[in-house]
Amino acid sequence: MSAEAHGHDHGHDHEHEHHHKDTFITKYIFSIDHKMIAKQYLITGIIMGIIGIAMSLLFRMQLAWPEESFKIFNVLLGDKFAPDGVMANDIYLALVTIHGTIMVFFVLTAGLSGTFSNLLIPLQIGARDMASGFMNMISYWLFFLSAVIMLSSLFVEAGPASAGWTIYPPLSALPQAIPGSGTGMTLWLVSMAIFIASSLMGSLNYIVTVINLRTKGMSMTRLPLTIWTFFVTAIIGVISFPVLLSAALLLIFDRSFGTSFFLSDIYIAGEVLHYQGGSPVLFEHLFWFLGHPEVYIVILPAMGLVSEIMATNSRKPIFGYRAMIMSVLAIAFLSTIVWGHHMFISGMNPFLGSVFTFTTLLIAIPSAVKAFNWITTLWKGNLQFNPAMLFSIGMVSTFITGGLTGIILGDSTLDINVHDTYFVIAHFHLVMGISALYGMFAGIYHWFPKMYGRMLNKNLGYIHFWVTAVCAYGVFFPMHFIGLAGLPRRYYTNTNFPLFDDLQNVNVLITTFALVGGAFQLVFLYNFFSSIFYGKKATQNPWKSTTLEWTTPVEHIHGNWPGEIPHVYRWPYDYSNPNHDVDFVPQNVPMKEGEEVLHH
Amino acid sequence: MTSLLVIIVLVLLAVALWQLTKIFDLTQVGSSSDDSQVASDNDNNIQGYIMFGFLAFIYIFTIYGLLKWGGLALHTPASEHGLLVDNLMNITWVLIFVVQFITQGLLYWFSFKNRGHKDKKALFFADSNKLEAIWSIIPSVVLACLILYGLYAWNNIMFVDKDEDVIEIELYAQQFKWTARYAGQDNVLGKANVRLIEGVNTLGVDMSDPNAQDDIVVSELHIPKGKKVHFKMRSQDVLHSAYMPHFRAQMNCVPGMVTEFAFIPTYTTSEYRELPFMVEKIANINKLRAEKSVELVAKGGTALDPYTFDYLLLCNKICGASHYNMQMKVVVDTPEDYKKWLSEKTTLAQDIKAAAAAKAPAEGAKTTTDSTAKDTVKAVIDTVKAVVAKVAMK
Repeated sequence: MSAEAHGHDHGHDHEHEHHHKDTFITKYIFSIDHKMIAKQYLITGIIMGIIGIAMSLLFRMQLAWPEESFKIFNVLLGDKFAPDGVMANDIYLALVTIHGTIMVFFVLTAGLSGTFSNLLIPLQIGARDMASGFMNMISYWLFFLSAVIMLSSLFVEAGPASAGWTIYPPLSALPQAIPGSGTGMTLWLVSMAIFIASSLMGSLNYIVTVINLRTKGMSMTRLPLTIWTFFVTAIIGVISFPVLLSAALLLIFDRSFGTSFFLSDIYIAGEVLHYQGGSPVLFEHLFWFLGHPEVYIVILPAMGLVSEIMATNSRKPIFGYRAMIMSVLAIAFLSTIVWGHHMFISGMNPFLGSVFTFTTLLIAIPSAVKAFNWITTLWKGNLQFNPAMLFSIGMVSTFITGGLTGIILGDSTLDINVHDTYFVIAHFHLVMGISALYGMFAGIYHWFPKMYGRMLNKNLGYIHFWVTAVCAYGVFFPMHFIGLAGLPRRYYTNTNFPLFDDLQNVNVLITTFALVGGAFQLVFLYNFFSSIFYGKKATQNPWKSTTLEWTTPVEHIHGNWPGEIPHVYRWPYDYSNPNHDVDFVPQNVPMKEGEEVLHH
Repeated sequence: MTSLLVIIVLVLLAVALWQLTKIFDLTQVGSSSDDSQVASDNDNNIQGYIMFGFLAFIYIFTIYGLLKWGGLALHTPASEHGLLVDNLMNITWVLIFVVQFITQGLLYWFSFKNRGHKDKKALFFADSNKLEAIWSIIPSVVLACLILYGLYAWNNIMFVDKDEDVIEIELYAQQFKWTARYAGQDNVLGKANVRLIEGVNTLGVDMSDPNAQDDIVVSELHIPKGKKVHFKMRSQDVLHSAYMPHFRAQMNCVPGMVTEFAFIPTYTTSEYRELPFMVEKIANINKLRAEKSVELVAKGGTALDPYTFDYLLLCNKICGASHYNMQMKVVVDTPEDYKKWLSEKTTLAQDIKAAAAAKAPAEGAKTTTDSTAKDTVKAVIDTVKAVVAKVAMK
């Protein structure tokens, strides 16, 4: 294995010498360098994030001040969907749908995994590049294409897809049922199919790279936890994304070729449709077979980033390295057999519901192990509160808060009454939305010097974190209560229910926090884009970290290391090792004579 | 408009903060080294204290939330199994608050306590099998208890005993309204399929099925207190979800299949209205509505009606543009009132007959304009014959 890796090095070294003259196009556009592709993913992810978050602010305004006229609605949504500045009910559903789709897939899957898997896998395992740079490039450009198609669906005549991000048929299959299920839905499906192809190419690349291209001495138990989570995430992606692809294809068949996979016995707009024998429940199974692992595809990389950043900034080894790996594996395994907890009341056999309750609540165990290990990592540390560290601590906090309510939603009995209410929204936004976003921010603050050779402004980072932290709780904590009051999600307004009149003040509060929190993301955007050009120049290893990416030069070169790839002699968490005077020992430092390994 | 103003204010605030940090950066110019953007001891100290402040914020916000909004959550369940659900819910809540209190406390306390300093050295503490065992086993045991209780409750709620004495009612969903069908004297619902939808028979009931003859279709749901009601759900077009929050009941309505849910109502509508928490809730809602009315009238609108509580059936699965307004009133009667209410309703068979009868003369009147009286009489007789045949067909 190591001999093969060596052979690969030489090949690349050789290539490297003849590869100095990159044109603008090969360097910045059709690049096959993993570092550039990572940056491309990041910038695309940020742009999609701006759009996704802006959409949520728009519909939050509608929820707080229902059917009130806002000039901005008219400006952004046009005369058709916001005549006189009042948001129409079908565009409300479209905004909700596209917000979910963009945030889950384009920001927190591609934006997060795409950026950091690409950036860190070769750098941290000691490889010149991904196993297939070309496939990596194709993966990014397919992602870009799918993003363009998704955004173009916003401009079709009848509006974009509006059946919810879960696109349950028959609503998503029948334009008679909702206008967004016409061209808008077609574009959604095409975009997702391309997205899945992109995601699969990326994932296969990550898996192959981690397995084959580790440098000498980099055994699996010396991999940083980031790599472990990216590796496991890629495996879950390869297992589950194809199932969504098949669901999308069958839905396309039902929509366009008259098959009846998901449709049966439908009478709509005054006529009986020909569909017979299909079942929407089948679609739900196929969708959630991806859909649930998907939330772990989103959160696992964030967990990896947070583990790494916490260890570095605590100047302490991550507590329970092996337990962390085991829990990632356990979560990954369980994540594939719990999808039915989204379907307790879908009409599937209640006995099946019992099984899914059992497997779902089991996930709490590895999750608890992770949370306690992070907390113990902080104990007796020497905490360096860089912005990345703040976001990491914030991530653990929201992961716990959001995760705990999962005990309610994962229990079929309790799910009956909170299913599809705002309680669910509060739960999953905290546990996977905000947490993964925090993980992503932490990653950006931590590895920005590696990506751009400059530092982000820390004071802006502090402001960004604290305002976001207060607003995130301000938005999602009160939301639990309106969910417990029985308010269903995806309601354009609840003014038709006097029963919910007393929830309106809470809605106003939530929206206010959302607007403030949203506005303060501008601080981050300013910091990010101005620091690319004007930030303080970074040193080679600004956070005094042990992992291999900090042994590469600040200026990017194709092939990562100018000379030979460093060899690895120790695990990645030798912080404050009592055998050494300095408080960090990089992985490429050989063991001292007679030095004992102090961890399991 | 006001929110646009708010946004502008926020942007200005952000600009001001940015200026402040710029000034702060400039004050450090003298000591500008390469690691000026890495946290200094001073930063660690300040951020450590903010960490502690944030812990206080979480605790206070939680307590404030519970006091201020705790009363908004659904209160006394109006069904028998609801007690079981709420009991499990309360146990789970206690657990969640304890764990939340402890873990957040530890997280932020450690952050504050261990804020970094250049003279400090962290403790090299890499692993401990004992600790890992503790926090694997404790959650396992606790969760095992929750799972067992949960599954016990779930089995009790979801499985209806075949021999049980229940009232069968069909809940029929379509964009964007609910309809209910009662099984009538025989307590067996007639077969139905959307392919049989025709005229007044909007549910597609198979009128050739003997069980369908006494079925009653209504648009307001009445159920008797103290008797198990077995709902059979159907949908005509897309997915819907029959959600009755006060009864802790919910089940999706799926086109092409029949789903079910059963419960025993324990409070009549008027009894539920009299519960102290509900009296308070309604008073509060009416206060809010009165305030809103003043605002509306000032703008030239009409005042809102005062609100009295009714149980509701809501749609809780996105079903189209007007999903937000798909509801049906649910009334829980005493068994006597229920019987009386139901006995006043006409059966679907009668409705169809009446509709046909009403239609027949109308058609007859139309045809007289261009055909002879003889033909008209014949046409009327034919229609009546056809309807009678259809109804009588078994």
